Amino acid sequence: MASLEEYDGQTPSWCPGCGNFSILKTFKEALVELSIEPHQFTIVSGIGQSGKFPHYMKCNTFNGLHGRTLPVATALKLVNSGQVVIAVAGDGDCYGEGGNHLIHAMRRNINVKLFVHDNQVYGLTKGQASPTTLEGTHPKNLPFGVLSETFNPMALAVAMDCSFAARTFSGDLQHLKETIKAAILHKGFSLVDILQPCVSYNKVNTYEWYSQRVYHIGPDYNPENRIGAFQQALEWGDQIPMGIIYRHHRRTFEEGVPLISEKPLVRQEQSADMAKLDEAIREFY
Amino acid sequence: MFPFSIGHLAEGIILDYTIKIGGSAGQGLHTIGDALARVFARSGYHVFSHQDYESRIRGGHNFYQIRFSDKPAMSSRERMDMIIALDKETVLCHATELAEGGQVVYDSETIKETLAGPQFFDIPFARLATNHGGSRLMANTAATGAVLGMIGMETNVLFTVIRDNFTKKGDEVIQANINAAAAGHEFAKNKCARCHFTASPPANPKMLIGGVEALAIGAIASGLKFYTAYPMTPATGIMNYISVHAAEFGIIVEQAEDEIAAINMALGAAFGGVRAMTGTSGGGFALMVEGLSLAAMTETPVVIALGQRPGPATGFPTRTEQGELQFALYAAHGEFPRVILAPGTPEQAFYAASKAFHLAEKYQIPVIILFDQYFGDCQWTYDGFDFGKTVYHDYRLRGDTFAGFKNYKRHAFTQTGVSPLGVPGDARHVVVTDSDEHDEEGHIVEDAETRKKMVDKRLFKKMPLIRREIAPPLLYGSEKPEIVLAGWGSSYGLIKEAVDALSRDYEIAMLHFSEIYPLPPAEQTAYLKILGEARMAICIENNATGQFARLMRAEAGYVFTHSINRFDGRPFMLEELIGEINGFLGRV
Repeated sequence: MASLEEYDGQTPSWCPGCGNFSILKTFKEALVELSIEPHQFTIVSGIGQSGKFPHYMKCNTFNGLHGRTLPVATALKLVNSGQVVIAVAGDGDCYGEGGNHLIHAMRRNINVKLFVHDNQVYGLTKGQASPTTLEGTHPKNLPFGVLSETFNPMALAVAMDCSFAARTFSGDLQHLKETIKAAILHKGFSLVDILQPCVSYNKVNTYEWYSQRVYHIGPDYNPENRIGAFQQALEWGDQIPMGIIYRHHRRTFEEGVPLISEKPLVRQEQSADMAKLDEAIREFY
Repeated sequence: MFPFSIGHLAEGIILDYTIKIGGSAGQGLHTIGDALARVFARSGYHVFSHQDYESRIRGGHNFYQIRFSDKPAMSSRERMDMIIALDKETVLCHATELAEGGQVVYDSETIKETLAGPQFFDIPFARLATNHGGSRLMANTAATGAVLGMIGMETNVLFTVIRDNFTKKGDEVIQANINAAAAGHEFAKNKCARCHFTASPPANPKMLIGGVEALAIGAIASGLKFYTAYPMTPATGIMNYISVHAAEFGIIVEQAEDEIAAINMALGAAFGGVRAMTGTSGGGFALMVEGLSLAAMTETPVVIALGQRPGPATGFPTRTEQGELQFALYAAHGEFPRVILAPGTPEQAFYAASKAFHLAEKYQIPVIILFDQYFGDCQWTYDGFDFGKTVYHDYRLRGDTFAGFKNYKRHAFTQTGVSPLGVPGDARHVVVTDSDEHDEEGHIVEDAETRKKMVDKRLFKKMPLIRREIAPPLLYGSEKPEIVLAGWGSSYGLIKEAVDALSRDYEIAMLHFSEIYPLPPAEQTAYLKILGEARMAICIENNATGQFARLMRAEAGYVFTHSINRFDGRPFMLEELIGEINGFLGRV
């Protein structure tokens, strides 16, 4: 088993007090506990403060474009299915810029783990509204405040029959770690919405704000009941449920591709079979 | 002696006929066109076909044009020796294209009108099909048989085509279609007073292949493992072909939710360790542009097939134009190397695909294969492709080789600017890349010094090496031409035939560019000398503004003396081009 130090990366440039620090630390611990070594997983990240996440640890990394983590992660998982493929995005990144890809990743049920660092604000660009910024608040650049309804990732996930959808909070380390581990161990697409404060630009949804509202879903809750899950997903405000909101074990995308059932594509012969090509070309005569 | 006078362009050609099959979408003109083209190719003729269709599934007016000859045919003609009119519209649109002595074939019972004049030949396709094949559905098969009857060819080759086409439907259907074809053949042979044809002796069967199919096969031959695209004419045919053969060749094909996803998926697959490709047209490529830039920054090899059609915006979705060269050249933010190939024939496309993958992986750059609708849909005949001429070298670090690599850095500075491309998971090394400017390891940096070194590595070090890989344009015709006809991509066959037609009277040559960017290196600039010494150098392009001429002016400082542009969404016809050239030469 690798030690925690083996996952060390660059020194983070996040603001002191940023929720990302605890996510980073907890994430590394989860990997150690799951015995997933640095070369065995890839983080595909986007742009935003969350996009820098993989640089601050040691792992295979594709830090791509804003909003486009999921297409990269999807194809990577398909061709290199031996890798644990993790997508890390922010609320603006994944719910705004890349919303279409989120919908289709849920549909495909590709075995990619998506962690959304949801601080309900744009941090890197300094304080504009994100899709999860609360309706009625007054962030930068919106003269009439947020007029659009707050985006609800959990409700979308249930509606899309997302294989695994959970919410956790960067301030609840134990819950955070257990949720990360459950998502990684789940077979299928997993969405984890991680609530986190942005100490610089979100003066509404602070550490205290979250701490006063979040609660653990009880042991009696059945995440596999879709109707109940939808009701649970709608709860937001004074009480914010945390835990696995919805789970549906269904066929993964890779399981539908016989070509990779035994061996990752990347481990198979890469050059074309010229004898077969000769055969194929005969249909043109 | 065949009475169809078709105005042969060069002496010595015994046979060079063009047949147009016209009708509305859904009438099955493809069934006739595909079968005839195949019969001619199997009979050993040279075939060139192209298609013209509207962006609709039913109705409208479409046609399929087939030229066959006992000499290589590589462009479309203006005059028709035979028109198969499946509807009245075809007669109205195309009767004026009929060559002297040509025939318009139609079924008066279907179009509910009898057409007067010696050029009209009424064949009851539907009745023949019902009486001999047992169903009206076989009217097109009867028509196919009739065409062969008119030109004096036997039915045996057609019967083999029918057997191949209907294998899955069983013997009964095959026999019924054979009966319908035979009935059409018999009728035409006996009733066509004006058809006297001496067929040339049968030759070895030829391969008949379309542009997009050749591109797709070329990609497969190059070790393609992942193809992703969002459907868009005229690139969809690539995905169609690859997906049918995906299981056979161990390829994953995924239809992306949009073109942004497509290019990002291609990059994800390439990062993951396999050869990846996407294909689209201008509108989709517009969405891919940020991803193109990402490929450049992360130095991820990717091949993009860009099928041009007339824009702006949706333009003419199913028609042709060479209007995206400047877009392909300058698309994407930032400064980085790219390669643009523009094959002019299916054979060139086959090898271009191989070269595209090779260069993309060798230099870790995006390579664009530029084609157009005309090219994509046209079919050529060959004796075969030489697989030995394809290049395959796996440049990735895999398995033990990767594991044994010391001090691995994904973006390490090297003499050539090319860094080691490791496969994630194959060794304990981690593979790190970033769309941000990064250091050798792939981590974000902000410092000026690293930035300069990275630009030097990605751009200045690689570019001269890439340029050296580019083949010079093909010179065909006179070696010291006074007239040069220049073109790129799909105009290859057209210009070549124009040179053949005019070379009796002029020192004339074609310069065809199938590798457009970067332009060939300085030591291979003989073509600039040829251009400079010509009295007249005409740049022929299927676009309004002369985009290639602009590239030559910008990159080589060369200005063409003349240009011929067509931008109505239709391809050049051979006679039309020759007419325009003659106009410049002061000939009528």
